[in-house]
Amino acid sequence: MDDAARQEYWRRNLRLMAVLLTIWALVSFGAGILFVEALNTIVIAGFPLGFWFAQQGSIITFVALIAIYVWRMDRLDAEFGIDAYEQEVHHS
Amino acid sequence: MSEVQIWTFGFVAVTFGIYIYVAWASRVKDTAGFYVAGGGIPAPANGAAIAADWMSAASFISMAGLIALGLNGNGYGGSTYLMGWTGGYVLLALLLAPYLRKFGKYTIPDFVGDRYSETGRMVAVLCAVVVSFVYVAGQMAGVGVVFANLLSVDRNIGVLIGMTIVFFYAVLGGMKGITWTQVCQYTVLIIAYLIPAIAVSSKLTGIPVPQVGFGRILEELNTLSVELGFHEYTAAFAQWNMMNMVLITAALMFGTAGLPHVIVRFYTAKNVRAARYSALWALFFIALLYTTAPAVASYAKLNILKNVNGAALADQPSWFHRWADVGLISGPGGAPLTDLNNDGVLNFTGALSSVPTEIAINNDILVLASPEIGGLPAPVIGLVAAGALAAALSTASGLLLVISSSIANDVYHKKINPAADEKKQLLVGRIAMAAAILVAGYLGINPPGFVAEVVALAFGLAAASFFPALVLGIFWKRCTAAGAAAGMITGIAVTLAYMAWTLPAYGGGDGLFGIDPKGFGTVGMLINFTVTIVVSQFTTKPSAKMQALVEEIRFPGRTDLVAKHAEGADLH
Repeated sequence: MDDAARQEYWRRNLRLMAVLLTIWALVSFGAGILFVEALNTIVIAGFPLGFWFAQQGSIITFVALIAIYVWRMDRLDAEFGIDAYEQEVHHS
Repeated sequence: MSEVQIWTFGFVAVTFGIYIYVAWASRVKDTAGFYVAGGGIPAPANGAAIAADWMSAASFISMAGLIALGLNGNGYGGSTYLMGWTGGYVLLALLLAPYLRKFGKYTIPDFVGDRYSETGRMVAVLCAVVVSFVYVAGQMAGVGVVFANLLSVDRNIGVLIGMTIVFFYAVLGGMKGITWTQVCQYTVLIIAYLIPAIAVSSKLTGIPVPQVGFGRILEELNTLSVELGFHEYTAAFAQWNMMNMVLITAALMFGTAGLPHVIVRFYTAKNVRAARYSALWALFFIALLYTTAPAVASYAKLNILKNVNGAALADQPSWFHRWADVGLISGPGGAPLTDLNNDGVLNFTGALSSVPTEIAINNDILVLASPEIGGLPAPVIGLVAAGALAAALSTASGLLLVISSSIANDVYHKKINPAADEKKQLLVGRIAMAAAILVAGYLGINPPGFVAEVVALAFGLAAASFFPALVLGIFWKRCTAAGAAAGMITGIAVTLAYMAWTLPAYGGGDGLFGIDPKGFGTVGMLINFTVTIVVSQFTTKPSAKMQALVEEIRFPGRTDLVAKHAEGADLH
C-alpha cells in the first residue's frame, strides 16, 4: 500500500472512530446521566427511560458499537486489499 | 450434611476436575505459549476468556448487591458500575486492541518500554504489579467467603484449596492453560448466574427474560421503597450527584481500558482482525451478565422488602438465619439482630423513615442467597457457589500471569539476564508465578483492611497512569518518552495523593469541589494528558524510525518495520 492509500485508510478509520465514540458518549454520559431526569418522565414497558439507558440501553448500545466497528473495519480492510494480517508473536 | 451442601460439594468438585483436566491437556513448553498462549487463540474463545478474566468475584458476587443495597437504598447509583465496566470495552476495541496486537509483544511494560524508554518500562512494571496484587487479594478473599459460608469449610483452608487449583493450571499451562480454563469457567459462571435469574423472573413476572421482566416490578418497588423511607428505586442522583456519577463512570471506563490484565489479552489473539473480534465477543459475553445483574438486584430487593421487613426474627426465612449465623446479616453497624422499637417484628427501613432500621444486609450475599430468596431448589444453590468460585479463580489466574510475566519478562529477561535462553526464561516465569500465588494466598488469608476500598480505586489509578500513555503512544507519533513518563508519574501521584487525603481510612479530608475519591481518576487522567502533551512539545522528538513504526502499527497487514522490531532491532 502506498503512502497516499495509507493516509486515506487512517483518515477513514479515524472518522469511523469519531462517529462511534460520539454515540458511546451520548448513550452513557448523555442519556444515562446528564439527561436522565428528563428521560425518566417517559416510561416504556415499566422502565423509566433514563434508568433503562443507565442499566440496559447503554450496555446494549456498546455491544452494537463494537459490532459495527468490526464490520466496517473488515469492509475497509477489504477495500484497501489487506488480506494477510500480521500473525507473528514477537519477542526480542 | 444438608442437601444444599451435598449439591454444592458436587458442583465444586466436578468443575475443579474439569479445570485441572483442561490445564493438563494444554500445558506449554515455550515462553510464547506461557505469556500469550502462542498468539493462537480463536476470537470467540479469547472473548470468553477475557470475559471470565474480567468478571471477578466482585462482578459475580457483589455487583447486584451494590445496586440493590446501595447508599440510601437507591438502585440508580449502581448504574455507574454497569456503564463503567462495560463502556471501557468500546475504548479498548477502538483505541487499543488492534494496535497493541499489531505491536505483538508479551506485556504492557513491553509496549511502554519499546515505544518510549526503559524508565517508562520500569514505571509500567511497578504500576502493573501493584494494581494486580491489590486485585488478586480481593479474589482470594472471595474464594474464602464462598468456602466458609456455603461449604462450612474453614476459610483459610478454602483459600489454600483455591491456591492449589490455580497453582496447578497457571504454573503448568501459563497463558494457554489459563485461557482454556477460563473458557470453561466462563461457561460455568454464566450458567450459574442466568439460571436463577431466569427462574426468579418467571416466578415473579411470568417473563423468562430477566432483562425485560424487571420492568414489570419497578413501579411496585418504587412505591414500596418510598413507603419504607428509601428513595425511589429508579430515582436519579440519590446516591451521588451528577458530577460524581460522570466522574466515577468515566474513571471506571478509562480504568478498564488501562488495566494490564485486560489489555494483555489482545496479544493472545491470532491477528489484528481476531483482536477486534475478541473485543466484540468479550463485551457480548460480559453484557449477558451485566444486563442480568440489575434484574437480579431489583427482584432480590423486592423480595427482601416484602418478606424480610416486618417479620419477626423467628418467622424469617431459612436463608436469613443461615447468613445471620455467619454475621453477614446483622443489626445496624454489625450489632446483634434485635427488635429495637419493640414492635414485635424486625424492620428494614430507609433513612427517611421514622422507624429505625433493625437489619443490615451485606452486599456480598445478595447473589449467593438469591436462589434461596427466590425459593429455588438445592442444586441451583450449589451451581451458584461453583459459579462464584469460577469467577474468582479465573480473575485471580489472569492477574497472576500479569505479575509473573512482568517480573520474568520485563525485569529478569530485559534487565537482569538478557542472555537467558528460552528454557531458563520459562523456568523463571514459573517460579515467579508460584511466588505470586503464595503472596496472593497470604493476602487472601490476611486481607489488609483497605483492600475493598483500593480495588475500586485501582481503576482510577489505571486511568490516571496507563491509559494516556497507551493511547497517545499509538495516536500521536510525536509523543515523547519524557512526556509520557512525566504524565504517568504526575497522573498517578496526584490521584494517589487525593485518595490519601480524602479516604476515610486515611485522611478523611473534604476534597475539592466534593469530588468522590473513586471519581478522581478521571481528573488525574486529564492532568496526565495535559502534562504529557506539554512536556512533549519541549523534549526530543521520537526518532524518525520510531515514528515510522507507529505509522505501521496503524495498519493491520504485514509491514517491514514491525517485523524488524520483532527481531529485536532498536528503533529509538
